[in-house]
Amino acid sequence: MTTEKPTMIEFRDVQKYYGDYHALRGITATIRAGEFFSLLGPSGCGKTTLLRTIAGFEDISSGAVLIDGKHMDGVPANKRPTNMVFQSYAIFPHLTVAENVGFGLRRDPRPASEKAKAVAEALEMVGLKGYGARAAHALSGGQRQRVALARALILKPKVLLLDEPLSALDKKMREQMQMELIKLQRQVGITFILVTHDQEEALVMSDRIAVMFEGQIAQLADPETLYRRPNSRQVADFIGTMNFLPAKILSENGVVEVEAQGFGRLTLAADQVMGSKTTEGTSIGFRPETATILFDGQVATDRETLATIEEVVYYGDMTYYDVRLDGTEKPMRLSMRNVFGRPVLDIGTRTRVGWSPGALVLFR
Amino acid sequence: MKKSPALKTYAIAYLIFLYAPIALLPIFAFNDSRVIAFPLSGFTTSWFVEMWNDQQLWIAFKNSLTIAVSSALFSTLLGIFGARATTRYKFPGKGGILGLIMLPLVLPEMIMSMALLVILIGMGVKLSIFTIIIGHVLICTPYAVAILSSAFQSLDRSLEEAAYDLGETPASTFRLIILPLVMPGIISSLLIAFTISLDEFIVAYFLGGNQTVLSVYIFGQFRFPQRVPSIMALGFVLVCLSILLLTIAEYFRRRGIAKTGAKDTGGFL
Ligand SMILES: Nc1ncnc2c1ncn2[C@@H]1O[C@H](COP(=O)(O)OP(=O)(O)O)[C@@H](O)[C@H]1O
Ligand SMILES: [Mg+2]
Repeated sequence: MTTEKPTMIEFRDVQKYYGDYHALRGITATIRAGEFFSLLGPSGCGKTTLLRTIAGFEDISSGAVLIDGKHMDGVPANKRPTNMVFQSYAIFPHLTVAENVGFGLRRDPRPASEKAKAVAEALEMVGLKGYGARAAHALSGGQRQRVALARALILKPKVLLLDEPLSALDKKMREQMQMELIKLQRQVGITFILVTHDQEEALVMSDRIAVMFEGQIAQLADPETLYRRPNSRQVADFIGTMNFLPAKILSENGVVEVEAQGFGRLTLAADQVMGSKTTEGTSIGFRPETATILFDGQVATDRETLATIEEVVYYGDMTYYDVRLDGTEKPMRLSMRNVFGRPVLDIGTRTRVGWSPGALVLFR
Repeated sequence: MKKSPALKTYAIAYLIFLYAPIALLPIFAFNDSRVIAFPLSGFTTSWFVEMWNDQQLWIAFKNSLTIAVSSALFSTLLGIFGARATTRYKFPGKGGILGLIMLPLVLPEMIMSMALLVILIGMGVKLSIFTIIIGHVLICTPYAVAILSSAFQSLDRSLEEAAYDLGETPASTFRLIILPLVMPGIISSLLIAFTISLDEFIVAYFLGGNQTVLSVYIFGQFRFPQRVPSIMALGFVLVCLSILLLTIAEYFRRRGIAKTGAKDTGGFL
């Protein structure tokens, strides 16, 4: 799918302590040049800390951070080929928009007229053409964010670091900025590293995502792999919704034979088996949209199981059904796209659920 | 909130008590009599002329000005260091050190003056304007630290980091970002320290040696009844200067707020 790009950032067993607190617990990963990369995880898992080790704001306790092949040990923030968009945007309130955007060009030997042109171009790129003379403190949240972007990108860094840049915006603005950021990244071709706790945002925007928990990377993969083949229940739970049913492994030799509650005997391919250290025991997982309610006359494309509808949540374009498969204890969430002319089923309805073994994941 | 009439009466009485004596200054400064009493006998500007020609007064005034400007500059400079250190860095004994810096705020000036006097004399230092400045810096620094700490505190840490990120050194970041943003605090600190030093009496009296400052000189003049009207004139001039100074301070504070879009919280003055 993607051709292998050269490495831009390399983390080698990065450890970070704040006093006794172990904030980064052995991060080893590579981020490729020109990639839109996201650090995703719950609040406090160390995303910002990891991002700041790239920017040079945080010394690491051991390990190494390399940018474009160069060791960053002892290289201060102002000498690194990275620029950052801060969570608070950090717009200098006493300067104008143009002075903010042109701030990083102070040491640039080019004549003032050329710098002014660069500032104007950068402002145009982020959709703030003609805003140069405005006072920075008078801007709206969305505009500040654009100024912060222009200010960072004007220096043509090798890597742009973004710390939850969209979290302060309202939903509509956030979705619009997501699209704009994706476009901008394609246009400039710079490596973007985004920190977010919003799994949807990460899925929408990234080429690859590192999911972090408690100072460690739990899984690093492209969005589709993360969604379809999460390597642990924790990752599966964090990204989207996943249903779990208890299961037992019967035999394994290349393929794995399992007995799953509600689903019966199954044969799964090796890539469907995720070896994670769960305390919950072995379980089968599936996403809400991978199983469907079979309406009258519909035949299952693969397998089917009888079930009872226990809860119905109508969303307009979608209906969420909580169904209890026969022979199981807890209800499973199914999401069905509504089709014109098809009724929404009532609670208590007996129904057939169609599913496919290929969409299942086994956690052991 | 409903305003209680008792509270209103109290507030008005308080203001009269506070400012009525000051209102007497201009009245008697222009009254054509050496006796400070009603009824007024006529209008004159001769007390201002007398004041203007008082050579001793000029010396005291110049001394006071020198001391106040020096104390304001030194204590504000120390305040900048102190505020920066306490708001940005963690170090062992921080609380204790800060407590010691703030101590002169609650320590009776008399005790401080005596202690300083004993030490300075013991060290063989000749009492002069310089020794007064030392005392005043000690008194003014806690105010400077308090005012500047709040200015530094309200500074978003990421502004500094953004400047490093964009290629600036710590020194240039301080000059380009931090200093302009704490400038209203610095101006407040300078003015407060200046004012405190200007009307300070005890330290100036104890540590001045044969050098007289304005406050000590004025107090001394009250021994001679015939000198009082010209002291009234001087008082009137000082009131006018204070009002001018406060107006300037408020102007700078508002301009600082307007420039950075910060919320107006009433300010220190
Ligand atoms: N300067 C610091 N001193 C002490 N602990 C810190 C510091 N910065 C972050 N931490 C701790 O490290 C952990 C990770 O923080 P952070 O990287 O900001 O998390 P997030 O994933 O939410 O961005 C948190 O538990 C936080 O409390
Ligand atoms: Mg964070």
